[in-house]
Amino acid sequence: MQREGIAIAACKGIKEVSMRNRFTLAGLAAGVSMMAMGSAQAVEIEYWQYVFDSRVQAMDQLIANFEAANPGITVRHVTFPYADYQTRVTAAKLAGQGPDVVQLFYGWLDNFVAGELIQPLNPDVFPHEEIESEFFPIVGAMKRGEDYYGLPTAVRSLALFYNKQLFDEAGLDPDNPPQTLEELLAAAEATVKRDGAGNIISVGLAMGMAAQDHHWWREGLIRQFGGQAYSDDGRTVAYNDDAGLAATSWQADLYNTHGVTQIGFMDEPQAAFRAGLAAMSIDGTFRLGAFNAIESFEWGVTELPANADGYRSNYASYFANAIGASASGDELEAAEKFLAYISSEEAMEVWLDIVGELPARQSAALTEENLSHPVYAPFLKGLEYAHTTVFVDEAAQRQVAIDMEARMSIQGQDPADALAEAAAAEQAILDNFYSR
Amino acid sequence: MSFGNEAGPAGAVGIWDRITIGQKRVIWAWAFLAVPIVFYVGIRFYPTFQAFWLSFTNWDLLRPARFIGLANYQRMWGDPQFWQVFRNTFAYLIIGTPISLVVSFVIAYYLDRVRFMHGFIRALYFLPFLTTAAAMAWVWRWFYQPVPIGIINSFLANFGLPSQPFLRSTEQALPAIMVTAIWAGLGFQIIIFMAGLRAIPQTFYEAARIDGLGEWAILRKITLPLLKPTTVFLVVFSSIGFLRIFDQVYNMTTNDPGGPLNSTKPLVLLIYQTAFSSYDMGYAAAQTVVLFTILLVVSLLQLWVLRNR
Repeated sequence: MQREGIAIAACKGIKEVSMRNRFTLAGLAAGVSMMAMGSAQAVEIEYWQYVFDSRVQAMDQLIANFEAANPGITVRHVTFPYADYQTRVTAAKLAGQGPDVVQLFYGWLDNFVAGELIQPLNPDVFPHEEIESEFFPIVGAMKRGEDYYGLPTAVRSLALFYNKQLFDEAGLDPDNPPQTLEELLAAAEATVKRDGAGNIISVGLAMGMAAQDHHWWREGLIRQFGGQAYSDDGRTVAYNDDAGLAATSWQADLYNTHGVTQIGFMDEPQAAFRAGLAAMSIDGTFRLGAFNAIESFEWGVTELPANADGYRSNYASYFANAIGASASGDELEAAEKFLAYISSEEAMEVWLDIVGELPARQSAALTEENLSHPVYAPFLKGLEYAHTTVFVDEAAQRQVAIDMEARMSIQGQDPADALAEAAAAEQAILDNFYSR
Repeated sequence: MSFGNEAGPAGAVGIWDRITIGQKRVIWAWAFLAVPIVFYVGIRFYPTFQAFWLSFTNWDLLRPARFIGLANYQRMWGDPQFWQVFRNTFAYLIIGTPISLVVSFVIAYYLDRVRFMHGFIRALYFLPFLTTAAAMAWVWRWFYQPVPIGIINSFLANFGLPSQPFLRSTEQALPAIMVTAIWAGLGFQIIIFMAGLRAIPQTFYEAARIDGLGEWAILRKITLPLLKPTTVFLVVFSSIGFLRIFDQVYNMTTNDPGGPLNSTKPLVLLIYQTAFSSYDMGYAAAQTVVLFTILLVVSLLQLWVLRNR
């Protein structure tokens, strides 16, 4: 009830904001000091995320803004190394000391829900129709049954990075990067460099399933070749068919037949691209920070290439923020306010500035400025046709793709056999999860 | 209050005065021993037994553990990945231990005779042992890269030899990692061997030389037999090290830990992944029990084989 009063007060202060929209209001009101008057006693809540410099920095700033607008609430920012982040969250739950607001990868949701680590968002505070109309549709991956379990601040998609200098040297137009898969192959063939013994010394396209290629394969190529990686309910592997085989063979041919790349070249695709030894690399928004530090050459970004019919498909993912299962009473209320603020447009702009990840609300993302931005624009366009894989065990499912690639690239296994083996292995992972 | 103060010490002094010095010593000894015992029971033994119990459950961190009998062990028996990892672990042990011991003995044996810059050379050998395994593994990982950045392949290319895939090969990856593990442990083994060599009285050698024994005979009849305690220690120590190998493998294959295609994955890495990326704690505990049993059997076997007759 108290919240409602604040909302109305805030509403009067800010012109033309719809009444039922308390969720937006909470975000907007966080910037309005009027909000502070409602909070009678001091509440401390904990926010957890993993360590990644720019993310920590951005969150510190958001917390400072939030606390300034809500003097009764303090937010403790707790971070852990990525490698044991999930373990810490789980261990804290066992010890009864979970966070009030917690960040999680969308692919972990099933585990977090099953482990009762987080609670569903209250639809009175976060109305569904508003989430569905204002966020990018991929937010649907945070919905289970009738409930949303979290909201993202930022989203990520894939795009094709290319080295303008290597394009120039190979006689390609650096302002006209490949737009189709066919052009991608041609550009890679033109830019790959070999030494006298035939060893590749600079790749046309840096590749590796261990990096982003498994996403490109699942949600990009397989769809572009007319298939889809999983059944609609996500419980059955569907890529072991003609379309899946065509996509897998096309991708494998890049290293097996055309020789425009080598798996494991320079260890990781991003290392090869950064060192200027890869003409192209498929990577995500999160790599912008690292690539912005490149000084020795100019690079550009373009959308993932389309198939012959002009059809494009992309993969989007995100870290969402959710409310910890143990939050209740005043803490729950404070946690809801904080979640509303870090999912607000204002927070998303801060996040874009500091971290470089795209805003999760369409209104904040699809601004004139962003859409004409040479780097953000291709990623934003990618979001429009992006799919989000529902992983049950992201690491294990990625491993299936890595192993498939290793069998084709190292052991020379036929793509059809490699694909069938991968499908069986991944189906076993899905069955194991859904049978629990 | 005052009553307690008077009666307490008086009673204690009474008992303390009545026992003998020998008994007092025993009490003191146990009082001091109690600290490590409590520590070991709490920190080591209790979790060990807990792991045994967990191996019979399906605990996944999130939900309460349920007793499932031997299901984890049955699953392990039929898991091809487990057997692959089992073979890898023994490959590290069976190839790594003898090679590292022979190499370190040969180096120690000759280094023992070198007087020129002896300390400096010894320090050079010891240096890798002081270096963080993670840092070392990363450097080696770059050494093994294909041209243009891999030093080893660039070297091969200079001599017109075909470049080798090393870590990107299911056959070469395990030996390539083992070389770095052997190199990393070499310094420690050399130092221990040299200490053992120094402990052999010079008079034995003098007597043997007077009797006209050749170098080879001296090595076989005097040095090696007298070095046996050192050798036993190093065999057990290095075997346990190879059975528990983790850092080198993990750091040299971080993109695909234990890969390619599990060809380098040791048991400890499998346990780590089962526990902390799949959260399959019960199954991981069962794998731990197997590792524990292997370590125990191998150590006992070696002590028995190399025992003093």
